[in-house]
Parts: sequence; C-alpha cells; structure tokens
Amino acid sequence: MNAASDVGNHAQRQARWHYGEVAFWLIVLACGFLFPTRYLIMTDILRLALFAMSLDLILGYAGIVSLGHAAFFGVGAYAAGLLALHGIINEPVLALLAAGLAAMVLGFATSFLVIRGVDLTRLMVTLGIALLLEALAERFSNITGGTDGLQGIEMQPIFGQIPFDMFGKAGFFYSLAVLFLLFLLARRVVHSPFGLSLRAIKNNPLRAAAIGIPVNRRLIAIYTLAAFYAGIAGALFTQTTAIASLDVFAFERSADLMLVLVIGGTGYLYGGLIGAVVFRMLQELFSTITPQYWQFWIGLVLVVIVLVGRQRLHRWVLYVPNLIIKQVAGRKAVVAVPESDV
Amino acid sequence: MTIALETLNLEKTFGGLRVTRDLSLKIEQGARHALIGPNGAGKTTVINQLTGVLKPNSGRILLEGQDITDLPVHKRVLRGLSRTFQINQLYPDLTPLETIGLAVSERLGHGGDWWRRMGTRNDVNDEIADLLTRFHLLDVMNEQTVTLPYGKQRLLEIAVAIAAKPRVLLLDEPAAGVPESERHDILAVVGALPRDVTVLLIEHDMDLVFSFADRISVLVSGALLTEGPPDQVARDPQVKAVYLGEEAVNV
Repeated sequence: MNAASDVGNHAQRQARWHYGEVAFWLIVLACGFLFPTRYLIMTDILRLALFAMSLDLILGYAGIVSLGHAAFFGVGAYAAGLLALHGIINEPVLALLAAGLAAMVLGFATSFLVIRGVDLTRLMVTLGIALLLEALAERFSNITGGTDGLQGIEMQPIFGQIPFDMFGKAGFFYSLAVLFLLFLLARRVVHSPFGLSLRAIKNNPLRAAAIGIPVNRRLIAIYTLAAFYAGIAGALFTQTTAIASLDVFAFERSADLMLVLVIGGTGYLYGGLIGAVVFRMLQELFSTITPQYWQFWIGLVLVVIVLVGRQRLHRWVLYVPNLIIKQVAGRKAVVAVPESDV
Repeated sequence: MTIALETLNLEKTFGGLRVTRDLSLKIEQGARHALIGPNGAGKTTVINQLTGVLKPNSGRILLEGQDITDLPVHKRVLRGLSRTFQINQLYPDLTPLETIGLAVSERLGHGGDWWRRMGTRNDVNDEIADLLTRFHLLDVMNEQTVTLPYGKQRLLEIAVAIAAKPRVLLLDEPAAGVPESERHDILAVVGALPRDVTVLLIEHDMDLVFSFADRISVLVSGALLTEGPPDQVARDPQVKAVYLGEEAVNV
C-alpha cells in the first residue's frame, strides 16, 4: 500500500463504525421491546440524551462551555407547543423541524455574544440568556400561558398515520428515530474536516487561526447547529408529554446537562447518551431509596467521579463488555473511551 | 528584485512602552532573511504584527505589494503568509496526521466541508503523505501530539506551517529547545525549503543565522539598528557592541 492511500485509511479510522457502536444501538432498540411498561422514563432518557449530545457538540468538540443550554430547549418546547395548540403545523415531524429551526435562529443570534470572551464570560452570558428567556416567557403569559404553561395540547398522528398512545410506545420509537437520525448527522459532522477543525480550535485557537481556520465562523456554525439539536430535544419534550411549562428554561435543566456530560464524558458523542442513561438511573435509584435526599447521593457520585477520574471508572465499568467485544471483533475495538476530560 | 514582504513605519506601543519603533523592513522575493536582536528587542512582537495576532498602532504591512494590515490572521495565511511559533503551538489531542490534514484541507478550501469524511479526498491525502514523509513523521502519524518527543513536535510545528504552502514563511526560532541529537533534522528541513519560498528567520543561534541567511536585519529596542549581508553585519562595530558584546563572530 502506498503512503497516500495508507494516510487516507488512517484518516478514516475513527469515522468507521465499530462493533461496540452497533451493539449499543441494538441494545437501545431492544429496550423498546423488552420493557413495554417503562416507555415514559425511557423516552425521558432519549430526550435527555439528545439534549446532552447537543451540549457535547459545543463543549466536547469546540470547547464552548454553557450554563444556559436550556434556552434552546425551552424555545423548541414552546415552539412545538404553540404550533400544535394553534394548529399552525399539525404534523409532528414538520412541527419538530420548525421548532428546531426556531431554536437555531436564536442560537445564531446569540452565538455572536457567546464566541466573545473566555470560559467564565461564556458561562455568564449563556446563563443570562436562559434567565432572560425564562423571564420573557413569564412576562408574556398571554402567549406562553405564564406559570400555568401551555395546556390542552393535542398531538396529531405522526405523518398522519401513527397516533401518540397513552402508554408512550409511539412516543418512544418516535424519539428514538429522531435521536438516531440526529446522531448519524452529528457523527458525520464530527468526522468531517469541519468537525476536525472544531477540535483544533478547542485545542489551540491561536494555531487554528495560524493555519487559516476562520475560528469565529466555525464556532458560530457549531453553536447554531447545537441550538437546533437542543430545540429538537425541547420539541420532543412537548410533543411526547403534551405540556410546555416555564421549567423548560430552568437553570437546573442546564446544570443537569453538565452533570450528564461529566458522567458520560465529552468529545466522542456517546458521552451524552451513556451519561443520560446513568444519570436518570441514578436519579431513579436514589429517589426510590431516599425520596428526600436523592440529590445528596447524586452529588456524592459526582464527587467520586471527579476524584477517581472518569477514564479509570470507564475502564473498570466497561472491562467485561470490552473483553467480550474484543473476542467478537478480534481487534482493538473498545465500547467507548472518552478522548479527553471535561 | 521584487519585494515579498514589507513594513512601512511600523509602530507598536504597550502602554508607555514603544516595542516597535518606526520599523521599515523590506524582504526580497526568495530571500533568506534573518531578524536578530538581543532578548527583549521586540522580534516576536514584529512577527505577531506581520501575522495579524497584534495590530500595529500605526504603519502598514504589505504582502507582495498588497496592504494586509487590516486582515485577520486566517486571511493572511490564505494569502500565503505562514509562520512557526517560538514555543510549539500544536493541538495536544490531535495526531500529526490530523494536524497536517487539517492544514492541507483548509488551504485547498475544504476546511468548512461538514459532510465529507476526512481522508476521502485523494489530493489532500497525497499532500499529507508527502509532508509526513518529508518531515520524518510517517511512523508517528497516529500518535497523539502531546506524546511525541520534543524534536518530532518541532518538526510537526514546521510541517504545519509548510502545509499552508506559504510564499512567505516566518520561522520563529525553529531550533529553540531542540536537543542536540535532533537538531540535525530541523536544520536539514529548514535548509531544504524550496527557493521560491521567502523566509524570514528569527533566531538566537548565531551559527544557524550565519549559515542560513543571505541578509540580516538587527533589531534593538524595537528599532532597526542596521541591515546588510552577513559578513558586513558581523563586522559592524555597533552590532558587536550592542548585541554581540565582545564576543567574536565566526563567519
């Protein structure tokens, strides 16, 4: 093999599907058939996973920290709610796209504020934008329903064919399909030259500019895309629960998202997905054991994760699965090892 | 002779400190031009203004006759002005393959491509392979940059600058901090740069300067002290006094 085709092969190495990834998605799909009584929580996890993937795109790849990602989630949620409530767009998939676009517009507009400054500035600016939107939603209660939220949303069948059922089965598979499609898109994007340039910017913005990368333009692009993803996650929330209330903008929602990525890791796309599963499971587990103090235990887990180091934990937790996969794949395939710490 | 890079009355102050004073430099097409001066003379500040990291307070910068004073960093690179850094500025988490691949992609205008995978363009792959080979990086192309020995990182630093196919290349102390055993690779690579690339070298190492440069400008306290061919600069009593002290220089 000559050097150039060798180079091409190695450059595409990470973009190839690994056995572990295929297994991951098969397991997720299987869950839809194995646990027919748990659709609601599983749908909730899928939404959180999509939302976390959105933050991973800007945090894990471009290094933009945000404490206000709920702003886009909220805009998506209200947009989907208003579209359905007033019968503007009745078909859920179209409404989903429209809601995502609404969040995207906001993402583009606010990206100019966010790309300025350093991490601390960004935390404050993003936090501020989310708080601002929450206040606006409360102020314009004639549109948003104020503290009562949007009520009486009735969802039409998906593509006019598949109605949302009361057990949440349709909602689950609908959410899973959306998550998977958007995951495929994100996967494509992060393995492109554009995606690589984001990692370069995160690593060293000075050098990134010095090889001709238009740093600001790239950051604006990914921030806008991430806003679209978060908006879709928010719209899924409204469509599958038939409510949109002020807490879609809540600070806790943005903060939880950071925790999800701390648990799951950033910069390899699966961090948000795995983190969402673990985070919700822990929440469920602790709130069953001790309904009042579950937050204490979540906090404790986070402290342990940060102190022990996620990479080490991953190696322990994934030891057995990796062993099996290595047997099957017969090479250095690994389920998931995060590339870098948060 | 055409002028590749030129500064006109460049001025830069940090607070009350004048770090660049009325600096007018002319660098000829294809030249091997060295900019030397004692520590704190403002050499790196000049480089930072040439590349657009810093904005001069006044004065103009011309690249091949065109005014680039107000262009941002990345646009100057696309016009053919590339640089290396005195302290490596690389991507710790990326591999040499990715680092060079990105630089090549950007130059060929594929950098914003968000759909096509890295490694699927043959023109890009050919260039990456060529650069990795020339800079002795083929064997470590899949290692994370942060794990490479310093000499290899230094080579990568230069390779990235070359990947931009510059017409003017600014080398900021290319051999700085490189252990003796690995110096040879660096010097060979710098010496083998094609003649149509104009090089401005900033260097402390006098052996390297006098073996490489065909013209030398001496910068002291931000102002041009003297300029000329190496032997003339080496004999200049002012240069000896101010910069080289009493130390004799072998030409």
